[in-house]
Amino acid sequence: MGALPALPVAVPLLVAAALVAFAPVIRRQVADAVALVTAAAVAALCAALLVQTTAGPVVYWFGGWRPRDGIALGVAFTVDPVGAAFATLAGVLAVAALVYSWRIFEAVSPLYHALMLVFLAAIVGFCLSGDLFNMFVFYELLSVAAYALAGYHTEDPGSLRGALNFAMTNSVGAFLVLAGIALLYGRTGALNLAQLGQTLAAAPADRLVVVAFLLLMVGFFVKAAVVPFHFWLADAYALAPIPVGVLFAGVVSELGLYAVARVYWTVFSGPLAAGGGLRAVLLFGAAATALLGGVMCVLQHHLARMLAYATVSHVGLTLAGFALLGPDGLAGAVLYLVADGLVKGALFVCIGLVQHHLRDIRELELHGRGRNLPWAAALMALGALGLAGVPPFGTFRGKALMEEAAMAAGHPWLTALFVAVAALTSAALLRAAARVFLGIGVPRIDALRHRAPAAPHPHIHSTLVGPAVLLLAGALAVGLAPGLAGRVEAAAERFTDRPAYAAAVLQGATGPEEAATTTQHARGSLAVPAVLAVLSALLGAALALGALLPRRRPAGHLTRTAGRVWAPTAAVLRDLHSGNVGDSVAWLVVGLAGFGTLLALVAR
Amino acid sequence: MIYLPYAVAAWLFLVGLYGIVTSRNLVHAVTCLSVVQSSTYILLLAVGFERGGTAPIFLDVPVGTKAVDPVVGALTLTDIVVGATVSALLLALAVQIFKHHGTLDPERFRSRED
Repeated sequence: MGALPALPVAVPLLVAAALVAFAPVIRRQVADAVALVTAAAVAALCAALLVQTTAGPVVYWFGGWRPRDGIALGVAFTVDPVGAAFATLAGVLAVAALVYSWRIFEAVSPLYHALMLVFLAAIVGFCLSGDLFNMFVFYELLSVAAYALAGYHTEDPGSLRGALNFAMTNSVGAFLVLAGIALLYGRTGALNLAQLGQTLAAAPADRLVVVAFLLLMVGFFVKAAVVPFHFWLADAYALAPIPVGVLFAGVVSELGLYAVARVYWTVFSGPLAAGGGLRAVLLFGAAATALLGGVMCVLQHHLARMLAYATVSHVGLTLAGFALLGPDGLAGAVLYLVADGLVKGALFVCIGLVQHHLRDIRELELHGRGRNLPWAAALMALGALGLAGVPPFGTFRGKALMEEAAMAAGHPWLTALFVAVAALTSAALLRAAARVFLGIGVPRIDALRHRAPAAPHPHIHSTLVGPAVLLLAGALAVGLAPGLAGRVEAAAERFTDRPAYAAAVLQGATGPEEAATTTQHARGSLAVPAVLAVLSALLGAALALGALLPRRRPAGHLTRTAGRVWAPTAAVLRDLHSGNVGDSVAWLVVGLAGFGTLLALVAR
Repeated sequence: MIYLPYAVAAWLFLVGLYGIVTSRNLVHAVTCLSVVQSSTYILLLAVGFERGGTAPIFLDVPVGTKAVDPVVGALTLTDIVVGATVSALLLALAVQIFKHHGTLDPERFRSRED
């Protein structure tokens, strides 16, 4: 099947067009079934591609416009295992989201299904594209579909404001990307990633190359919600419909990081070779994102907002793996992203379950009302452990690889960051789970007054629990699959090999010898990372309990001082995250200037 | 090399951003976003411009005639299509927001904890 790479993009787009055309006449069930089958087909096609890429990258030239004499004129899909893995993840999450919306999502027209399919097609196209401008087009397509989906509930003003902020800020980010592409095209006359990389590698980096990298990096960081480009995220993700949130938190933010990694390794790794300076800049962004996201996650009492900030925080963690600028860190980051995406997707479904049965999504109002929802309780607790990266979840394997790479690169402090962040995000989730499902902690006065009774033993639809179980099982499978870590390391090795990528694309060289040369890493013992992971989960549980249990003794001096610092800090942080469009764009400009200054200092 | 188009592009980018940041009306903010986007059109076209070049239509002209780069033209067209989509969607959102709040001033419907 020569056209296999084009199918997972073409099929959902065509089906979406058909759904829109027949929207007035088809029944809800038909649209559900068609969309679900299509998403499953996309997932299967991407999985087939993933299998095919283990032998070497799959290059597909649209219209047969192959390169002549090493010059690419056509537009290509260049599929490698990392891109195919993300596309498959998107397909699986879309299946879960559509199964979930089968019953729970009321009053939807087939337009919703069409939007979801366009969204999925754009994500897949973005992952498979080997052409920078095509990446931009798919990026915009997926963004526009995402804006529309985020504001799908037009009767909810919060959701509309979230979508508006999302659309404005991300559009500015997209224009930064486009400006970067224009500069690169002006310099090289090329848009194909391999061609760009080959041309740029011929000369050392000058200011234009650095500026182009800055524009592309910041543009994609806006989508990834790296601090300080994250201000739009909470409203957009938390107030979007739950099935859409599954895809948002599971894969969309991660795509921003994927894009930076892809563009860096195929285009800029020649002139901007992995120096300590660039690494320091990226690690700085990663640490800020991970910590601020973690703290904001703990401050939330709205369950979906909590997950939104957990997404920010974990984007920071993953960025740290990529920021080491080596194949080992990248392998850890990729493994972590996939497993973390599955866990967060499951948690979103779980929150949807709570919202569906208890008609509320606020932790304090839900105090003790979830006692009769054991399924949701178990799933949420497991999800919190998955976020903490406890073995045998796939997040653990990814984090262990990143920690090992950080040690090797001389940044052992990253391990402490990973522990702290995992403790923070799991603490927030465990606290919420304990409060909602076990009724631990002091209930709020007004919540007591209008206390809604605990839900009677409800009939739980399998379409609601099923997706969450499936996604968590997927995250476990990523952690338990034998030999997966080695394969991911080999894939990361190839992802970072710019000359081999260029040869495969421009000369059509498929190197079976590459697969043979992948060295088996002497992998360190997993005992230390396992202990650390359990430690961070315990720390999270302790923090959660500390937040819930009433104070018995009068607070000591230390606690009082901590409280005096914490309360105003929390207030300032809350104020900063106003959800205002102007603020969010202003922070984008500040971040652009900041990263620009740092890069200028580093690149001198 | 002429620097003026690049300076204009940078100016439009910044002035559009300033407009968005200080905007008190969503329709105005959406228009400012279009201004930001216009800077990318100018940047793209400036990159592919050839002094004395003709339109890139190679029919009935001698071989070797100088022409502007057709690729950036295609990119700009794509960009314009994207811009139209985004503006339409944003204006639709603004209409819905106006229905709920009766105002288009983003300061007056700041997000609360909801």
